Order: sequence, then structure tokens, then C-alpha cells
Amino acid sequence: MIVIVDTGGANLASVVHALARLGERAQVSGDPARVRAARRVILPGVGAAPEAAKRLAAGGLDDAVRALTVPVLGICLGMQLFFAESDEGPAKGLGLIPGSIRRMAPAGLAVPHMGWNAVARTGASSALLDGVPDGTHFYFVHSYAAPMGAWVEAACDYGGPVPAVVRRANFHGAQFHPERSGDAGARVLRNFLAL
Amino acid sequence: MLTKRIIACLDVKDGVVVKGVKFRGHEPMGSPEELAARYRAQGVDELVFYDIAASAEGRRVPRDWVARTAAFLDIPFCVAGGIRSVADAEELLNAGADKISVNSPALERPALIEELSRRFGAQCVVVGVDSRRENGEWSVYQYTGLVEKTVAAKRRMLDWIAEVQERGAGEVVLNCMDSDGVGGGYDVAQLSKAREILTIPLVASGGAKTVEHFVRVFKEARVDAALAAGAFHRGELEIGALKRELKSQGLEVRP
Repeated sequence: MIVIVDTGGANLASVVHALARLGERAQVSGDPARVRAARRVILPGVGAAPEAAKRLAAGGLDDAVRALTVPVLGICLGMQLFFAESDEGPAKGLGLIPGSIRRMAPAGLAVPHMGWNAVARTGASSALLDGVPDGTHFYFVHSYAAPMGAWVEAACDYGGPVPAVVRRANFHGAQFHPERSGDAGARVLRNFLAL
Repeated sequence: MLTKRIIACLDVKDGVVVKGVKFRGHEPMGSPEELAARYRAQGVDELVFYDIAASAEGRRVPRDWVARTAAFLDIPFCVAGGIRSVADAEELLNAGADKISVNSPALERPALIEELSRRFGAQCVVVGVDSRRENGEWSVYQYTGLVEKTVAAKRRMLDWIAEVQERGAGEVVLNCMDSDGVGGGYDVAQLSKAREILTIPLVASGGAKTVEHFVRVFKEARVDAALAAGAFHRGELEIGALKRELKSQGLEVRP
């Protein structure tokens, strides 16, 4: 079973629908037991970090997610929750990746970073981007961003490099929304399901 | 680099996409599902669905309809119409909308913007502003979905957009009513003034008919996105061709 963790934020439905378009059924759940039993786990996210962090901390969901060994996909805020902490709120993250989520301040550019931006690999490979050429556009919408570091597999440019795909072991994260990024986004979701 | 967005706007009334001139005399253009699928295939970057009579009729954009749209659409979409509370917004976002846009209800009760932004994050919260030139300044109008209910909101446009930004809006769609449906181009002067004030994304709306209109509003008013309705519905502009033309004129767009 694919489990979409109920972080309370909106857009759970978008992810469910995107998987359905790929012929996959997913279950939205906030139950740690279901999360532990899943073969794939998605941590979605639109919303404010403190709300989502509170949901995760309640009932031991955070421990269940942290202990997962199956492939996990964090999307947008879900990806940011992989990190230690966030300025938004502030809020505590899962601490899977070191560093803090900071408010974006690109010189002369609008915040939120909203729209389709070109993504390119920063290293040799990225499993999520398998078959996706560098320069492909994905849909972003966020005001806070992850730090650059060894965990970054791909980035976009918005007044400087912004992490677009991150990975730490089995935890894969996309700052953009694959569920809303047309054909390219569908490819990323298929790549995740094929891991 | 972030691309300039092309947004198709579907004004929905009684389940049909309509288009008026200067917010009056609405003509049917087709079903929302059919038009949405067509524009998605042409490469539109985003869609906006306005249930234009919702606010004026005291109801909200239907949840079922949002859910059906979310099921087939794989690009971002925003819904608007009669969203008056966090609970209203939550239902529509949970049904699959990416963003919600508020207009008249935010004028009735500006604190709504803060409540939505705090609960869902600024990036979900779009504020639509309908503005018309009057006595030498731009004034905000309310309940513009129904001709007989349209009234002046007694606010200056420039004051109002500064306030909505301060209150936590993530994006402003500025509908320049004098340009709407006329096909004479966007109101570049008005949008440029709005751009000077806003640090959040600004979407131009009203008056697009030719490629040149898009080029001007992106280059001169430096808006982040340009929205059009009638020009797309009537087939005057094909979105794929429009984007190719914008690219050839040096604008960054998603192919």
C-alpha cells in the first residue's frame, strides 16, 4: 500500500489524484501503524510548517516516519520537514537532514517563488529525475527554502541556487509539486514508485 | 530561471464558462472541463476558475466540481467564488484546489486574508482585485460577478493591494475593469504602479488579445503572470503559439 501521511495541510487530494492517474491507489492516513506497514510513503505538503510539525509530533507519527526504510517522498513542505528545523513558525522538523529551512529573500524577485522553474542536476545522478532532461520545468510554490548541501541532487535558480530535489538514504524530497507539474511531474512520481 | 506564466481564466456561471465585456453581458463559451483540457494540452501554465456569481449570490464554489477538476488536471489551478472562511477554503483545498482566491469577501472582512495565510501559508492565498479608473485614481469594485450587484468598495486600489500584501496574501490578480473584454491590451500604466508596491507575485488581467499585449505587460509592467480569458476562448490566441512567440521575443516561458 502507498500511504500519504495526513499532515493536515491541503493538497492531499492532488497527490491521491496524481497517483490515480498513474493507476495507483493510495491511502491517506495519520495512523503510525499504517505508515510503518506501507511499501511507499509520501509526505505531502502545502500549508504552514508549524501546523504540519504539530500533526507529525502528535501520536508518534514523527517516529514512525523517521524509522522508515522503504522509499519516502517528501513534497514541498513535506520535503522541508526532513530537515532539522524551520524558520516558519518556527517549527521542529524530523531531523533526517541537517540544516534549517529559511525564508527566501532573492534580491529583486517576488516571494513566494511561484511558477514553473527549470531544474538541473547538481551532481551525477538523481533517481527521481531518471529520464528527465536538465532544464525541464516543474511547478514551484513556496516562500521558504532548504539549504544547499551534499543532500541536494538538483536545483533551480531563483536569485541563486535553490534545492529542488534532495535525498538522504531512502528519503527523497522534491521542493516542486510533481502532482501539478504535468508530464514531467508524472515521470518523477513513476520514478519514485519504481525505486 | 522562473518562467513568465500564462494563465487561462474560466469564468463559470451556472456550470458554463462565460465571457463578458467590461464585466457585463456574459456569453457562453463552453464547458469548464472541455476548455481546461484544451488549454492544458496547449501548454497553459495555470488555470483559474471563477464562480463569478457565488459571492453576489451568497454561496460558494461547489466542492464536487473542484474535486472532479482536481482528478483530471495535472497543472496548478486556483478557484474563486464566495470563499468567506477558513472552513470554506479548507474544503476546497482538500478537494484538490492548489490555491484559493478571495475578492469581495476580503473587502467585507480584511482579516480573512490573515486567517487564510496563517492556516494554509501565503502561497495558497490569492487576492483578486477589481479596479476601475475614477476621478483620476484607481478604485476598487466589489461583487463584480453580477452587474446589478456591482458596487464601489470605497478604497483606492494602491492602498488595498498594499494592505492585502501586509495581511499575508501570496499573490495579487489585478483585474483592470476598463480594459476587460475590450481587447485593447493590458493596463500597463496601472499594473506598473501596482508592481512598484508589491513584493509578492502580480498577475495582470483584463484586455489581452494579441501577442504584443503579453510582451508589453511582461516587459514594461514586469508582472509575473498574465491572465486572459476571451482571447483564448474565442481562439484568437492559441497558447502554444503565443508561448513560442514570447520566447522568440526574449521572454522566458515554459515550452
